[in-house]
Amino acid sequence: MESLTNRKKVVSDKPMTLWEKIYIPAIVGGMMTTMKHMLRRRKTIKYPEETRVFAPVYRGQHVLKRDEQGRENCTACGLCAVACPAEAITMTSAERVKGEEHLYREEKYASSYEINMLRCIFCGLCEEACPKEAIFLTDRIVTTEFERDEFIYAKDKLVEAVDDRIDITKRQFTGKRTEK
Amino acid sequence: MDTAMLIEKSALVLLLFLISLGVAAYQTYFERKLAAWIQDRVGPDRAGPFGILQPIADGTKMFLKEDFIPAKADKWLFIIGPGISMFTALITSSVIPWGTNVNLFGRDISLQVADFNIGILFVFGVVSIGVYGIMIGGWASNNKYSLYGAIRASSQMISYELAMGISAITIVMLTGSLSLNDIVQSQHGMNWNVFYQPLAFFIFFITSLAELNRAPFDLPECESELIGGYHTEYSSMKLGLYLFSEYTSMFVSSAIMAVLFFGGYNFPGMDAFSGNTLAILSIAAFALKIFLFIFVIMWIRWTIPRFRFDQLMHLGWKVLIPVAIVNMLITGLVVAWNQGWM
Repeated sequence: MESLTNRKKVVSDKPMTLWEKIYIPAIVGGMMTTMKHMLRRRKTIKYPEETRVFAPVYRGQHVLKRDEQGRENCTACGLCAVACPAEAITMTSAERVKGEEHLYREEKYASSYEINMLRCIFCGLCEEACPKEAIFLTDRIVTTEFERDEFIYAKDKLVEAVDDRIDITKRQFTGKRTEK
Repeated sequence: MDTAMLIEKSALVLLLFLISLGVAAYQTYFERKLAAWIQDRVGPDRAGPFGILQPIADGTKMFLKEDFIPAKADKWLFIIGPGISMFTALITSSVIPWGTNVNLFGRDISLQVADFNIGILFVFGVVSIGVYGIMIGGWASNNKYSLYGAIRASSQMISYELAMGISAITIVMLTGSLSLNDIVQSQHGMNWNVFYQPLAFFIFFITSLAELNRAPFDLPECESELIGGYHTEYSSMKLGLYLFSEYTSMFVSSAIMAVLFFGGYNFPGMDAFSGNTLAILSIAAFALKIFLFIFVIMWIRWTIPRFRFDQLMHLGWKVLIPVAIVNMLITGLVVAWNQGWM
């Protein structure tokens, strides 16, 4: 078979010569190798102080977007939950009543929306399935917790604040809304 | 002995004690850093800038751990074991000449605690006692792994002490004195013994690694086979003392290697200086040599794997001792020829 790497070596069991038997050259060779590593630049990123630069399409913690007027985009259609291979998303829908037009964009909305971050595999299929451009994955990292139930993120953690929007312009827009 | 001498020797003893412990503490830090660098890591860097306070944190941790003595252990021997290890590791430093004489308050102070005329014998004697710390600790633990570690340590020590002693005899032959002070003074300037006895130095270095239980000779405490070897049952500061004594004896035997083969505090061009300048420079030269030895010992540890026990015995008895004996005989003949005895 064609060798895949250039490191292929033929193994043999011929007896060692005296030069090989005293081992010193081999040990010195090994020490040179470790010295080379000692002088090498370290690639460690010391996490809390420095962070790695994320790709623009990094798939981290989700956000439920609002539109320009601050209304929730999500209509609780459930397509994200259907698309989710890990079954991490649950929601209940409710009908928008009079006087709530400034809160929800369409007549139906999600009264509760939960993502279990322990189940989520961050595949991004929910984002792909969403017809309303309501859910996006961002470059934020899901923080660690001590209790399992703290990983179930409800709307208070998922929906972006009106005055503190999450920037997702670096991500690819599907352009579904402009088509409509 | 007058009072001033008593005071200056006590001060020197105290200073040496503190320096040995300090150096041992920072050796642990340096060893961890070096291991990290060799393995492309950063190493401890959280405690203080560059992790410089790490040894203090480690020491505090050791003190705060539960001090546990196994139910069936021999309690007194269990306690004495680490003490002997630490004692023998520290006491060897008393015969080492750390530099040329210092002139302080109008007195010429020698930087050697005790100038024995049998200094080198004293070193070997104390080093041999050192194994009792390990043996007693391992035996008193009443644990199979500890006992294995202790037995390995003692057989290894016995095997390697022979070659070590024989290679050191060549230095005694060349110098004609057992006093470490005389040995150092005979290597004035760049006239170091290693240029006359490279083979003896090589054997001495390898056997020192074995005496120190350092890799590749760390069989008494190899984690993968014996859990922790002789200190399996130890915890808290008793374990700390064992680990500490290992680093202290590493420091001291680096100093001894520097004294016997690398001219101790001598450095080329030392005749240009005199008085306290010379003393400070000689201490610095000696410290540099010790540091280099410590560095090489650690470098070896993180490079090569451990011996198998039969390989260890083979190397000790069938290779090092014959080579050392041949080297000693040749040295003896050459010395006898030069002295006109033949």
